Amino acid sequence: MDGPVQVVVLLQRLDLNRESHLVIEDGALVPGDKTLAKDAVVEIRSVISGGAA
Amino acid sequence: MKCQVCRGPAVIDVRRHNANFCQEHFLRLCRDQTKKAIDQFAMLEPDDRVLVAVSGGKDSLAVWDILRELGWEADGFYIGLGIGDYSKESQGYAERFAEERGLTLIIDDLLRDHGFDVPHGSRAAKRAPCSACGLSKRHLFDAAAKRGGYDAIVTGHNLDDEAAVLMGNVLHWQTDYLGRQAPHLPAANGFPKKIKPLVRLTERDTAAYCLLRGIDYLVDECPMAAGNKHLSYKDALNKIEVDSPGAKHAFFFGFLDRAVERFAPEEGQTGDVVISPCDRCGAPSSNDVCAFCRLAERATSAVPIELGRTRRSSNRSKSESHP
Repeated sequence: MDGPVQVVVLLQRLDLNRESHLVIEDGALVPGDKTLAKDAVVEIRSVISGGAA
Repeated sequence: MKCQVCRGPAVIDVRRHNANFCQEHFLRLCRDQTKKAIDQFAMLEPDDRVLVAVSGGKDSLAVWDILRELGWEADGFYIGLGIGDYSKESQGYAERFAEERGLTLIIDDLLRDHGFDVPHGSRAAKRAPCSACGLSKRHLFDAAAKRGGYDAIVTGHNLDDEAAVLMGNVLHWQTDYLGRQAPHLPAANGFPKKIKPLVRLTERDTAAYCLLRGIDYLVDECPMAAGNKHLSYKDALNKIEVDSPGAKHAFFFGFLDRAVERFAPEEGQTGDVVISPCDRCGAPSSNDVCAFCRLAERATSAVPIELGRTRRSSNRSKSESHP
């Protein structure tokens, strides 16, 4: 990504739904309004699971 | 972003509550919402012994953790489904969670105890994998609860799960299923009580809860669930939720408040179905042999067969014998 970017904007750019993903930086949950540094390394974790059982 | 309770730095936004929370107050929110669901639907008595159906995923580990935090005596029950590495990994997560907290985890294994696993059983019985899996789990949960004298079976179904099931039932007007879609199914006809205390929490909430509580869970999705309709309903609902926070909650709880009674079986309607012990396993059933025993019979009696000749191999044989 070019330049610092807010978490919600990052998810939008990646076409990921903010209701079904968490963003994690250094093992910590990152809120939607946080601005990530240009060189930040984050995990974007899908939270959707399950069959229809 | 500040926590709406203490004004400290927030770690998560919960848009359906129009609020942000720090770690401490988000964890409290999850516990409070679970307790609220338990009270709202009269799920548990204070001295109930509960058996938590544990998969190693976020929802089942979260509900086990929360119930213990709320003071209930809760043991875990894990079923090995034989879905390759996925099952081995998920069992590891369930075992580590229990060991680290000194909790009791009971383990059943479909292949070891019943002679089949989900991939082979579903093929042999010509059932969708999620259908064979769900049927097996429900049967084994019931049996384990009865064996251990538990008062209730707890599952980790959350708001997303219930809203997605509701959407599927409405789209196909499955009115018989609509009448039974409640977070608390009381004990009846030999079946134990079943409850879903996480119905006020979303999947995002339970994933965040685990992360903030240091609960290590299996993130990967079941490989056999890929592409099922349930997941596409969840996706559709989350697209609506982005533009309309609280839509999933309004959809499901509005149904419970205003519509579920309209689909409930009329008095006397259920009396037509006679429930009696299965001839083979003794579980309550509306047939002489219960659905699980029939599945097990088909799954274990399936033997490899030699395929007949295809048109191509027949033609090749002809051309070989008549050059």
